[in-house]
Amino acid sequence: MRSRRKFEGRQPVSEQREQIGASRRTFLVGGLSAGAGLAGATMLGGSGTAVASQSTELAAAAAPPPDTRKITLTVNGQARTTDVDTRASLLDVLRERIGLTGTKKGCNQGACGACTILVDGDRTLACLTLAARYEQREITTIEGLAEGNRLHPVQQAFIERDGFQCGFCTSGQIVSAVGLLNERPDVPDAEIPELMSGNLCRCAAYPNITAAIRDARGEG
Amino acid sequence: MSAPANIDAPTRDGVGDSPQRPDGIGKVTGEFAYASDLWHDDMLWGATLRSPHPYARIRSIDISAALAHPGVYAVLTHEDVPGAKYYGLDHVDQPVLAIDTVRYQGEPVALVAAEHPEIARRALAKIEVSYDVLEPLTDPRKAAFDATAPALHEHGNIVRHQPVRFGKISEGQRAAEVVVRGEYQVGMQDQAFLGPEAGLAVPTEDGGIELYVATQWMHVDLRQIAPCLALPEDKVRMTLSGVGGAFGAREDLSMQVHAAMLALHTGKPIKIVYNREESFFGHVHRHPALMRYEHGAWRDGTLVYAKAEIILDGGAYTSSTMNVVANAASLGVGPYSVPHIEIDTYGVYTNNPPCGAMRGFGAVQACYGYESQMDRLAAELDMHPLEVRRINAISQGSVLANGQVVDTPAPLAEMLDRLAATPQPEPADQTDIRNLPGGAANTTHGEGVRRGIGYGVGLKNICFSEGADDYSTARVRLAAVGGEPTALVHTAAAEVGQGLVTLQGQIVRTELGIERVVIAPADTQIGDAGSTSASRQSYMTGGAVKVACEAVREMIFERAADQFGVPADELSLAGGKIVAQCAGVLAALADFLGTEPIEAVREFHHRPTQRMDPVTGQGDSHTQLALCVHRAVVDVDVELGLLKVVELAAVQDVGKVLHRNSLEGQIHGGTAQGLGLAVLEEIQVVDGLIRNPSFTDYLIPTILDMPPMRLDILENPDPHAPYGLRGAGEPPTLSSTPAIAAAIRDATGLPLTRVPIGPEDIIHSVK
Repeated sequence: MRSRRKFEGRQPVSEQREQIGASRRTFLVGGLSAGAGLAGATMLGGSGTAVASQSTELAAAAAPPPDTRKITLTVNGQARTTDVDTRASLLDVLRERIGLTGTKKGCNQGACGACTILVDGDRTLACLTLAARYEQREITTIEGLAEGNRLHPVQQAFIERDGFQCGFCTSGQIVSAVGLLNERPDVPDAEIPELMSGNLCRCAAYPNITAAIRDARGEG
Repeated sequence: MSAPANIDAPTRDGVGDSPQRPDGIGKVTGEFAYASDLWHDDMLWGATLRSPHPYARIRSIDISAALAHPGVYAVLTHEDVPGAKYYGLDHVDQPVLAIDTVRYQGEPVALVAAEHPEIARRALAKIEVSYDVLEPLTDPRKAAFDATAPALHEHGNIVRHQPVRFGKISEGQRAAEVVVRGEYQVGMQDQAFLGPEAGLAVPTEDGGIELYVATQWMHVDLRQIAPCLALPEDKVRMTLSGVGGAFGAREDLSMQVHAAMLALHTGKPIKIVYNREESFFGHVHRHPALMRYEHGAWRDGTLVYAKAEIILDGGAYTSSTMNVVANAASLGVGPYSVPHIEIDTYGVYTNNPPCGAMRGFGAVQACYGYESQMDRLAAELDMHPLEVRRINAISQGSVLANGQVVDTPAPLAEMLDRLAATPQPEPADQTDIRNLPGGAANTTHGEGVRRGIGYGVGLKNICFSEGADDYSTARVRLAAVGGEPTALVHTAAAEVGQGLVTLQGQIVRTELGIERVVIAPADTQIGDAGSTSASRQSYMTGGAVKVACEAVREMIFERAADQFGVPADELSLAGGKIVAQCAGVLAALADFLGTEPIEAVREFHHRPTQRMDPVTGQGDSHTQLALCVHRAVVDVDVELGLLKVVELAAVQDVGKVLHRNSLEGQIHGGTAQGLGLAVLEEIQVVDGLIRNPSFTDYLIPTILDMPPMRLDILENPDPHAPYGLRGAGEPPTLSSTPAIAAAIRDATGLPLTRVPIGPEDIIHSVK
């Protein structure tokens, strides 16, 4: 949902108080483009005073503006040019900068597979990947699989076999299955689970996911 | 159900078919918007500072440095809560933001709104909270019985003590020829949905709030949110966003009030998304349980008494502990006829993480206890585990521990027979290492692998119990759209993946004989639908959609009877047409409707239930009961402690199959979560601190852990329920855990009284 409704925006408290110190604009350049994924660190404040004071020192040193770079990514066959913090993950750039939210953030540490994308056809976890390193590479996300209204055979098979319930892991499952069938077009049944084991499904639609991949095998 | 279903002229994709999910295309193309995908121009990001301590007094909170941080719009504490400072699902005891005390690690203390989540995180680190750290109360038994333990709440540490007194226990104890006793434990399980807690709060021009969130029950959220914001309920408008799994964890509030507070304060839209670690602190978990059981029987296996003490650790706040206690108590001996019963179930407060709803809700823990006992009794009597269960199995007419007579089909003996007749899987081909426990990680040639077989039986209550009138509401509007009769269905019921939106369409097609159905977004602009929990939405919201359709149908028939001079009771709807028994097709519905849509809003209520008596636990407390049985075949490498669940077979009575694909998915999913509890999943809590809040340390079943399943689905209708259906999502979660544990015991010969069972439990016990 993207609403266009306007609100009377208030100023940040720091501006109201005319804070001195780090230039807000300088900071924001980095701040805005920094990956949301960096917020993955603990929010349990105050336990480790060491951690707390470290961050305070960092901030007090007015953090030299983080490096940003204009990069061009090829996503689903389209060139996308955007300013990114060089530390930003490909997942955050896809979701927050390019607006492709089909790729999901389930754990942000490479354990769940919800962010699986294809890079030059290979399965890749977007949450563990720095966006700035992936210029000149072909990136495919879930949004790039269908051709117009024609679903990719793997997508169609997931629908027909009911290979999902809540659907949150489904983008990753489908992209992973497409990658798997790229790697092994004739993958034997017995090897499908091993090769799909990086994609968690808490609804445990696993039997239907396996069935969908069998159906799609040989149709790609 | 008084009105007959309109099933004479079956419509394609109606009740009993397996149509595709209406939200399916969006989910396979990435277009479906989950709560974490929401975006609003000009929005800020909210973040939550949480307590690092399980128990502490707050001396002071200094927000000045955080407030001064560039890009920060607001830093809020309890002083900024506009209205009520506390909320709660059943009992109002949980602070919106900690006031003077924190009672669990992860309790929210302060909020930040900033231009970017990274700025918010940095600002959180600048909030200085001064704590007086206290010794946490983490032993639930101490909380229940030790009067010297510190009282965590004004009324002490016992949330609810529910006794059950049925028959006369002393008579049973005199009559028993054999007695088996056991102590069992269940660890703390997490729902671990993949879509983290998230939502968007948008301030409105009238001073209210629009909330887009992933939740299980919008109206109960609303009843808690509005008082905290000091707003009337009609100024808090909620819309369900895409829900990435729930399993009970979204029944309590998470970020709802926090986002709304920040939005009201800043005048800007606020988005909050928890990350995975925060999610482990941001919702309630399954209650860990300490259980003592004693069963007495005759030598022929007939049970004569059962005695149990069940302690459920509710953690720091009440959440749904009172109802979890009621389930564990009333279902404490399971689906067995026992003439004399004495159960004491306690739910207690501790400084451990708060626990509440998770799939199976109190019945899971008790099931693990009584099923472990049934195996112990079978061993004591040298009987087959299925035989001892069959001898004592309930059937229609039996009496449960709460005195409730089972007044609908309960074919447990038949289910056990069918399970016994289910073919066994072949021995594993050990020449392929992937078939060994541990798969490619197994370093042996399978010399230590033993196969075990185990059984589990579960009894789950469906819908809310104990006098709750958990009704649902539906609006059905039938109109001609583009020359086609089209129904719009509007409810507040949460689709969380179970397929409720699919089912709503099926019911409308069946009842109105049309094809086109549109499901409106779920929001609070219509009456309460109750919770997506207790396996109740097919029954309740399915029931509401059905009665709304019946009302629409009656209005059509009344109007048509006038118009065509045909008695209303001779009319039916089929293929988008109004049909009379003798005269055939009277009119196409689209022509008949013209520009005048027909609309009905109806509530559906289940039959009334009673509270359990506070002293005896007696009372007809349950709306509906459902049975599931499992057989587990497990290969265990007794030297390495590794195991592989080879196959799970399930027999479940669902009353009526409404959508076979969805149903099978529910049985797969429920079974897998029971498997997780049996062998993988536990939140490790040490001194009140969670040690494994990540998917690298908290393991849920992968596709490799999921064994092939054999499903045998029975349809013995419940005459009280729409279409005769029985709720189906939870029962398989009960019985798979004890079945797998029993299979591991069978393979190893070890007592293994605690779940989850890990490799260390096996190798450290094997001689």
